[in-house]
Amino acid sequence: MSEKVDHGRRRLLTAATTLTGAVGVAFAAVPFLASWKPSARAKALGAPVEIDISKLEPGAMLNVEWRGKPIYVVRRTSGMSEGLAKLDGLLADPASKASDQPEYAQNSVRAIRQEFLVVLGVCTHLGCAPLGRFTRGDAELGADWPGGFYCPCHGSRFDLAGRVYRNMPAPTNLAIPPYAFLDDNHILVGQDQSRAV
Amino acid sequence: MLTRTLVLAAVLLLPGPALAATGVPLERAGNDVHNVASLQRGARNFVNYCLGCHSAQFVRWNRVAADLGIPEAALQQNLMFAGGKPFDVIQSAMPPGQATIWLGHAPPDLSLIARSRGTDYVFTYLKSFYADPARPNGINNRVLANTAMPHVLWPLQGLAQPKFRLVTVNGRTEQHLVGLEPGEPGELGTEEFDAFVRDTVNFLDYMGEPVKAKRESLGIWVILFLLAFWLMAWLLKREYWKDVR
Amino acid sequence: MAKGASSAAAGGTMKALVAWIDERFPLTQMWNEHIAQYYAPKNFNVWYYFGSLALFVLVMQIVTGIFLTMNYKPSAAEAFASVEYIMRDVEWGWLIRYLHSTGASAFFLLVYLHMFRAMLYGSYRKPRELLWIFGMLIYLCLMGEAFFGYLLPWGNMSYWGAQVIVSLFGTLPVIGSGLVEWIRGDFYISDITLNRFFALHVIALPLVLVFLVLAHILALHEVGSNNPDGIEIKDRKGSDGVPLDGIPFHPYYTVKDIMGLAFFLILFCAVVFFAPSFGGLFLEAPNFEPANPLQTPEHIAPIWYFTPFYAMLRAVPAFFGTQVWGVLVMGGAIVLLFFLPWLDRSPVKSIRYRGPIYKIALAVFVVWFAVLGYCGFMPAVQPYKALSVMGTVYYFAFLLLMPWYTSIDSHKPAPQRVTYHAH
Repeated sequence: MSEKVDHGRRRLLTAATTLTGAVGVAFAAVPFLASWKPSARAKALGAPVEIDISKLEPGAMLNVEWRGKPIYVVRRTSGMSEGLAKLDGLLADPASKASDQPEYAQNSVRAIRQEFLVVLGVCTHLGCAPLGRFTRGDAELGADWPGGFYCPCHGSRFDLAGRVYRNMPAPTNLAIPPYAFLDDNHILVGQDQSRAV
Repeated sequence: MLTRTLVLAAVLLLPGPALAATGVPLERAGNDVHNVASLQRGARNFVNYCLGCHSAQFVRWNRVAADLGIPEAALQQNLMFAGGKPFDVIQSAMPPGQATIWLGHAPPDLSLIARSRGTDYVFTYLKSFYADPARPNGINNRVLANTAMPHVLWPLQGLAQPKFRLVTVNGRTEQHLVGLEPGEPGELGTEEFDAFVRDTVNFLDYMGEPVKAKRESLGIWVILFLLAFWLMAWLLKREYWKDVR
Repeated sequence: MAKGASSAAAGGTMKALVAWIDERFPLTQMWNEHIAQYYAPKNFNVWYYFGSLALFVLVMQIVTGIFLTMNYKPSAAEAFASVEYIMRDVEWGWLIRYLHSTGASAFFLLVYLHMFRAMLYGSYRKPRELLWIFGMLIYLCLMGEAFFGYLLPWGNMSYWGAQVIVSLFGTLPVIGSGLVEWIRGDFYISDITLNRFFALHVIALPLVLVFLVLAHILALHEVGSNNPDGIEIKDRKGSDGVPLDGIPFHPYYTVKDIMGLAFFLILFCAVVFFAPSFGGLFLEAPNFEPANPLQTPEHIAPIWYFTPFYAMLRAVPAFFGTQVWGVLVMGGAIVLLFFLPWLDRSPVKSIRYRGPIYKIALAVFVVWFAVLGYCGFMPAVQPYKALSVMGTVYYFAFLLLMPWYTSIDSHKPAPQRVTYHAH
C-alpha cells in the first residue's frame, strides 16, 4: 500500500519552488525599495538653478539655494585671484586632490573661469554655512588674513577658492557643484556643460 | 419563492445603459490609451483649446513627453507655449480668480476628470453644446444643463440647435429637450469632429492615470510568472500529499 | 566530499545556534507546538484556504500601508494631492497604492468566505465559541479600520461617506449630538477629524488587529481545527497520542497553503494590474474629485463590503421621527452574529449531516445577503426598498429562529472518521 517516499524528487521540487518563490519575493521587493528614490517632484525641486550674474559686482557674493543648500557665487577681483597661488603652503590640500569638485574645477582657481567662484556653502566639518570674509586684514581673523571664508561654528578657514587651511576642524576643501555658463550673464548650477540645455 | 428571488436577483444584476444624471444617454468614447498617435493629437488639442482656462495640476510636462514619445525640444516648442520648465506641472495661464469672475464658475482642473466622470461623459459633453438664446453667452449643454463653459469647439463643430417636444407632466405641459440637430456647420464634418473629441478625451484619459499602459503590460509578465510559480507549488504539494491516505 | 563536510559543519552550527536560542526562548517548542507537530485534520477542502490568505493580506496591508504613510500627508489641504503624488511622482507609488486599495476589498472577500466556512461546518460550535468571538471582534475591527481608512484620500465620497456614517451616531437619544461632535472633534468633518482617523487607521486599529489575530490563532490551536465533517479528530488518537485523522501542519499544510496563495495572487494581481478600480467598486469614481463640503455626489453608496448592512439601515422606517431604529437594527445584525455558537442547536456540526431545513435556510441566507448588498448600492427607491425590508426580515429570522429550526431539523449520524479522498 505505501510507496517509498522519493526524497530526491521532494528535494528537487522544494528547491525549485523555493528558488522561484525567492525570485518572486525579490521582484516584489523592488517597487518598495525603489519608492525611496527621489520622486519626480524631488527631481523637479532639485532641478538645476539658473543664476543671473550680470549685476554681481567685483568682490561681491551671491547666495542662491540649490537642493536645499547654499551656493556661493563670488566675483573675484584680479587681486583676489592672483593671491591664491601664494597660499599653497598654508593649505591642507592646495591641489584639491581629496576634495569634491568636477574635473573642470580641478585647477588652481577651482573654477571654469577665474573670475567667478561657484562653491557649495557647506563647511566640510559639520555642515554649517561659512561666512564670506573678503576684506584683507580682518580685525577678527588677523592682519595677514588675505580674504576668504570663515566658518563661525568651529573656526575653519577657507581661501577665496574654497580651499581649507591647515589644522582646521574641516578636513577638506569646500565642494564645487556641477555648473556651466549658459552665457556671459547666466550660470546654471546643478548641471555640467556637456548636458546643459 | 426561491426561484422568484433568484430570477429577480439575476434581472437586477444586468447592467443598465449608461445615463448621465439628467437622463441623457451617453455615447461611448471608444478611445484607446495605447494609441500613441491619438494621444499626441489629443495633447495638441488640449493645449490649443483647453489650457486657456483649465489646468492639469497633477500632470508634469516631462511625463507627457516621455510617455507620448515627444522629444523635449519638440515639447517646449509645440506644446509649452507659456514657457516654463519641462518638470513643471501643467498650469493654465488664466489667473484662478479671473476665471470665476469671467465665467461665473471656476473651470475645474482636468487631471482626473476622466476618472471622476468617465470618458463617455466627457466625450458626450463636448459634443452636446447647443444654441440657447436664454443663456448669457447664448449656448447651453444637454449633458450639463446651464454649464458655465463656453462652446470652445464652436469653430470646429458648428452650433447645434435643440429639439423640443411638448410633454404633459402632472397636468402641466412642458417643453422637454429631447435631442439636438445640426445647425450652422463648423470646419470639421461630423466624423472628423468625433475623431477630434475622441483624441482629446483619450489624452484626458491618459492624464487621469499616466501609468495605465505600463501597468497593463507589466501585468502580463506578473501573471505569467505567477502561473509558473503556481504550477511548481502544485507539483510540490501533490508530491507531499502522496503520503496522506 | 568537501561540500558535504562543510554543509554538515554548517548544519552543526545551525543546530548549535538553535540550541543556544532554545535555552533562552521557546523557539523550537513554539515551532513544534504550532507548526511541525500541530495536527490538523487531513480532510480540509477549498473552504480552508481563506484563513491563511487573510493573514497574508493583513501583512500585505501593513507593509503597503507603511510605505503609503511615507508619502501621504494627513491634512485636509494636502491629502488629496499627496495621493496623486504617490500615484504619479513616487516611483512605483501607483503599485503600492493599488495593492493597498485592492487588498482592502480582498481582505473583506476572504473574511466573508472564511466566516461562511464556519457556518457550513459549525466551526463556531463548542469548544470553539471563543475562537468565533475573537473572529467577530476581528471583523468589527476590520470594519472600523476600513471606515477610518476610507476618509484618508479626502475625496468627495470619502468626505460624504464619513459624514453620513458619523451622523448615524447622532440618532442615539440624549447623547447623540454630543457624541457626533466628540467623534469629529469639530462641528463638521474637518482636518481635525482627518488627523484623528489617520492615527486610528495607521497605528491604533492595526495594533488591535494584530493582537486579535494572534489571540484567534492561539484559541484555534488550543482546541484544534474543525473540519468539513464536523467531527473532533482528537476523539480518536493512535497509541502515540496523534489523532488518527490528523497530519502535521508542516509540511502538508504549509505546502498546500503556498499553492493556495499562488492561485490567490493570480486573481489578485489580475485585478491590481488590469482593473484596479473594478468598475468603480474598489475605487469609487466620485473619489477622484477632492472633498467638497458644499456638494454631495449624486449617488452616495458605501463601499461594497458595507452595502448589506447599509441596506438594513435604510430598510427601517423612521418611527417616532427618529432614525435610531435603523441604526439599532444594523448594529443588532452584527451583534447577533456573536451569538451564533449558542443559536445553533443541531446535534451535528457540519452541513453534510444536517437536514434539509438548515441547508435551504443557509442557501437562502446567502442569496438574501447578496440581494441586500445590491440594494445597499442602489438609491432608496422601489423595488430596492421592498427587497431591503424582506432581506432584513429574513436575515433576522434566519438567526433568531435558528434555535428552533436546528432542533427540529433531521440529521444523519456524523461519521467516526473523516471522509477523505486522496488528492
